[in-house]
Amino acid sequence: MSEDKDARPFAVYGTTLVSRLFIGTAQYPSPSVLSDALCASGAEVVTVSLRRESGASRAGEHFWTLIREQGLRVLPNTAGCRTVKEAVTTAQMAREVFETSWIKLEVIGEDDTLQPDVFGLVEAAGILSREGFQVFPYTTDDLVVAEKLLAAGCEVLMPWAAPIGSGRGLNNPYALRSLRGHFPDIPLIVDAGIGTPSHAVAAMEMGYDAILLNTAIAKAGDPVAMARAFALGVEAGRLAYLSQPMEPRDMAAPSTPMSGLAFRDTA
Amino acid sequence: MRISIIGAGIMGLSTAFEFASAGVEVDLIERHQGPGLGCSFLAGGMIAPWCEVESAEPLVCNMGQEALHFWTSDVPVATRQGSLVLAAARDRPELNRFSRLTSHYKRLDGAELALLEADLQGRFSEALFFPEEAHLDPREATRALAERLAAMPNVKLHFGVDVSDPADVPADWIIDCRGLAGRGALPDLRGVKGEMLVLRTQEITLARPIRFLHPRFPVYIVPRGDGRFMIGATSIENEEEGRITARSMVELLSAAMTVHPAFGEAEIIETGAGLRPAFPNNLPRFRIEGRMVRANGLYRHGFLLAPPVARRLRRTILEGAYFPEVMDVDSRERQRA
Repeated sequence: MSEDKDARPFAVYGTTLVSRLFIGTAQYPSPSVLSDALCASGAEVVTVSLRRESGASRAGEHFWTLIREQGLRVLPNTAGCRTVKEAVTTAQMAREVFETSWIKLEVIGEDDTLQPDVFGLVEAAGILSREGFQVFPYTTDDLVVAEKLLAAGCEVLMPWAAPIGSGRGLNNPYALRSLRGHFPDIPLIVDAGIGTPSHAVAAMEMGYDAILLNTAIAKAGDPVAMARAFALGVEAGRLAYLSQPMEPRDMAAPSTPMSGLAFRDTA
Repeated sequence: MRISIIGAGIMGLSTAFEFASAGVEVDLIERHQGPGLGCSFLAGGMIAPWCEVESAEPLVCNMGQEALHFWTSDVPVATRQGSLVLAAARDRPELNRFSRLTSHYKRLDGAELALLEADLQGRFSEALFFPEEAHLDPREATRALAERLAAMPNVKLHFGVDVSDPADVPADWIIDCRGLAGRGALPDLRGVKGEMLVLRTQEITLARPIRFLHPRFPVYIVPRGDGRFMIGATSIENEEEGRITARSMVELLSAAMTVHPAFGEAEIIETGAGLRPAFPNNLPRFRIEGRMVRANGLYRHGFLLAPPVARRLRRTILEGAYFPEVMDVDSRERQRA
């Protein structure tokens, strides 16, 4: 049977969650579609970009109210920040606006791939952790960076599968698998690059704790149906992981015994 | 019957035109000194019902086709040259996605594109062409509507008059078309920020609007004549008024320069930022409470949806017709009860 750690409920920073799907709120055709998609996804956590939607003097209040009315937990993010200082300031604003110490930390280092600046990320994670934030760092699949993020105070890691919005799926399954193997007790959430539910299934089958995505649902032709598809994919992947899949083999192995069949020669 | 319409943006003007054309006595009341100086002033003016389906409900396409007729026949200020959809080579998946979600287009290769827009020769290897679509200059359109209204004996235009409470206006019907200014009575109305700029250059000629796809937000370029091009528009979920940010400006300009580098030498003759009024489903609605009608929520589709919404409003009030797709059902039920 499963090890004990797998029987434990999924928790991040002491908060127990049932759904293992985190959803971004950008790029939906309308707030109504967003709301229906969130319902269909069963997600309990949504990420919100403070920087883009805030403007001066909290002018994005109305949109946030729409999200809050869903009764979901908000994970504000620092999307679009390119320096440690920007990210830290945005996180501080987010804590004030959303009254949460959770922050999805993004420090972008390169515009074409929106690849994390891992040096800035580790530095910002240290500053924010010391200020009492509970940091969810958006990072690469680099194992050493992951170690440094944990040392900086992070208790959750969010490695990418592929660049943000690319929908390419698990670009480096080996790296993701070794990250999982190396940190058996740290909640690992795949963030970015997921395009279809099969990608989510693959990550969950590896033993990842959860999936965070936005574009794959928001930009689908039918975001509500796709949200449901992802909910099912994440659940299927988790169940498959817990049920210990069979080992693949090279030769056929008949599921029915071949020898001693009564009518074999007459067929 | 006497009808007072508050607000002379595109919704108020279209509504006045509908009722006045049916012979109703109309008072159109506007706080600004002229027509179309609010949100409508910053609109793109693309009458593109098929392109809009990429991110809007089919209703927008159906009603938008009525608007196409309105702006080419009833008040013929639109130019019908179709519209083009382009993407940078690296964003080709965006073009495929757009084509999957829309209809009524032709796929063009680079040579066919150059036949339509000579200045884009050699710049793009692929495009989508929506031949039936049109575009107009919103400022010219609101002016044309206001001129037609001014010429009608049954219409009175009142500019520079601020109505503090529309309910106080004496009339058989009051139609509140104030957009976001009317949100006091519409708690689910929100503002969606949009930013635009106008460039002027004699180096580029375009006959039709270009939508340039981009993973973050689509940028469009609408030719306005005399070497002027409107570049728009961001769509940001906040209600901050009046300021275009440096980032938005850079993104709009870099998109324009990707379509044609000569935009880099153009003169920036105008920048603008405004708030589009929108309901949660981003579709327009009118609500009837007693003799008060509130028509609002045209979002990004003012010039595309105002004429068809106004027509439904006129038919509801004058003929007792019923359009659940744009009417608040509850208020109608309340009114009957």
